[in-house]
Amino acid sequence: MTPQPGTKAGPPPLSRVAPAAARINFADPVVLVYLALVAVYLIGWTIVGLRGGDFVTVANTVTILQNSAALGLVAIGQTYAILAGSLDLSVAYLISLVTLITAQVMESAGIVAGVAAALLLAGLVGLGNGLIVTKLKVNAFIATLGVALILRGYLENTYTGPAGDVPTEFQRLGYDRIGPLPVSVFLVAAVATLTWFVLRRTSLGHHIYAVGGDREIARLSGVRTDRTVITAHVLCSLCAGLAGVFLASRLGAGAPLAGTDGQYDLVSIAAVVLGGSLLAGGRGGVVGTIGGVLILSVLDNVFDQLGVDPFFKNVVRGAVIIAAVALYARQSVARRRRQDQRRSG
Amino acid sequence: MTQTAVPETRRTRLRLPATLSASTPVFVLLGVLLLVLAFVDIGFYEPDRLLAFIRRAAPLIILAAGQYFVMVSGGFDLSVGSVVTVGVVVAAELFNIAPDMPWPVAVLILLVAGMGVGLINGLISTLLAVPSFITTLGMMLILQGAVFFWTQGAPRGYLSDDYRTLGRGMVPGLPWLPWAVIVLAVVAAAAVVFMRSDTGRTLVATGDNDAAAALSGVRVHRLRVLAFVLSGLAAALAAVLVGGFTGISAQAGDGMEFEAITAVVLGGVALGGGRGSVVAAMAGALSLQTLFTLLTMLGVSGALESTVQGVIVIAAVALGAVSWSRRQRVPNSTKERR
Repeated sequence: MTPQPGTKAGPPPLSRVAPAAARINFADPVVLVYLALVAVYLIGWTIVGLRGGDFVTVANTVTILQNSAALGLVAIGQTYAILAGSLDLSVAYLISLVTLITAQVMESAGIVAGVAAALLLAGLVGLGNGLIVTKLKVNAFIATLGVALILRGYLENTYTGPAGDVPTEFQRLGYDRIGPLPVSVFLVAAVATLTWFVLRRTSLGHHIYAVGGDREIARLSGVRTDRTVITAHVLCSLCAGLAGVFLASRLGAGAPLAGTDGQYDLVSIAAVVLGGSLLAGGRGGVVGTIGGVLILSVLDNVFDQLGVDPFFKNVVRGAVIIAAVALYARQSVARRRRQDQRRSG
Repeated sequence: MTQTAVPETRRTRLRLPATLSASTPVFVLLGVLLLVLAFVDIGFYEPDRLLAFIRRAAPLIILAAGQYFVMVSGGFDLSVGSVVTVGVVVAAELFNIAPDMPWPVAVLILLVAGMGVGLINGLISTLLAVPSFITTLGMMLILQGAVFFWTQGAPRGYLSDDYRTLGRGMVPGLPWLPWAVIVLAVVAAAAVVFMRSDTGRTLVATGDNDAAAALSGVRVHRLRVLAFVLSGLAAALAAVLVGGFTGISAQAGDGMEFEAITAVVLGGVALGGGRGSVVAAMAGALSLQTLFTLLTMLGVSGALESTVQGVIVIAAVALGAVSWSRRQRVPNSTKERR
């Protein structure tokens, strides 16, 4: 805010006296995510509209939400891991395995047992990830990649194709609606709300941010850092497990390629970063993540409507991820520069 | 107070043979794996089989060297696997369009294209301040998508025998010496010389502490871009070698980015950069390849192979981390006592 040359010091510009609550902080990544989401939505609407398609209809909105459910669940989980300064590359194979376990257990022992087995498996994998990262001090990238390889070997050795059968009642989770909204939307919303609560209102959440910000300082301040990271990994895997359960209900059976075909490992990380969370941990949140997921699924929907080649979708998706993150990065670089200037006077 | 404490601990740490100690585990691992191989099948050490093994390992070792440059300067390059895929497919298409093209031209086109990808990766992650994980992940999606879009998953064309010579042929006059081994030797020597040069040392310093490096006059951005360009170049070269012995497929380089990163980490290079030697990174790649060979020899089925690989990678890195942290505790404890 350099003073304009030639003008006397007058009253401050209006924006500076406006009450804080009424101002939108455009440097806040979460605000940017949702602005980007609105922009993507409007552009998509325009393009699809020009081609004579329907975009803003209940049916299409439901489709967008329905298709973002699985990625949404994984990305919410990934948010825990990334905020804690870790990440999880094993989610894709875990999801595949969970769909199979869910379907097989449900086939023989019923719905409750199926879900329980799925979540138990997911929790154990998360525990494994967390223990390897903290106790064996293996970098999270390598640790979860190694766990991914282990799961992959088991999958490829055990299953050759779809297996198990999901009872029709449970497939309702994937297809039923409450009012106009699919059940999956409520599931994602519930998990997201719970996550928001955990991250913002519980000591576990505060510890996750602290550990992700600076593990050593958190440790010196009395946070049980290992336990926090392990818990973050367990929660991450549980969310991936929920995604697997949901996909099993959508597909009606277990599918060995459900997770890897969706590239849930890398795309979920991209969605979290797209949502304004710092990849290095310590800053961000689940609200942004949901925005990031919605951006990706709105894009997907626009491409589907335009009949864009599915392979070409990946090209644009890659470009959008880079461009969007570049946008935030520029913002934060500019903010840091401003702070530095202020500090140095 | 902290201002005086920080440089002092840095100096203590640097006085330790840091790179040496961090890379010891990988050489032990490699030694153990090679020893086990000798017990499983002593014929492995017959010169022609050994050279054939090195020829097969060459692409991954070259990729690891390239990945090392990026990782030691504090980044990731997730796009190298897709660069390999694109390289194989593009080469085949090139020969499809111009069947009479001399093979060095095709190789040159690939190498330049690889450097181009690296340049873009580097510029995006430095100038636009995008984390390299995201930049190269996006690049990976773009390249994978582009190659599938272009070929619809079934690449056409062929690779001429001349072109394949580099990957699978022998040096004329020395029928026991594969070209790939020569290429590998040249790359390894160049990598070592580069890392011993001022530029190489500054690259490590940048990864260790880029702010400090910048304050001492290092052009941090330029160095990081250079690292990505070298990684792209290495990936393109690996693509030429891979093209020598695989079919033309849109999956030629699948998963190689993770193998390269694993190799570099096995070599004791800290994620986040600033520590570790390029020789150790290449030794990490050789260890991985030895492991794959060993698993095949032991008759571990293709599917279970990745499980065993996962366990061993975690175990190896864990062992490395344990020995490293024990060594690191020395300067830390002196700091705490002060």
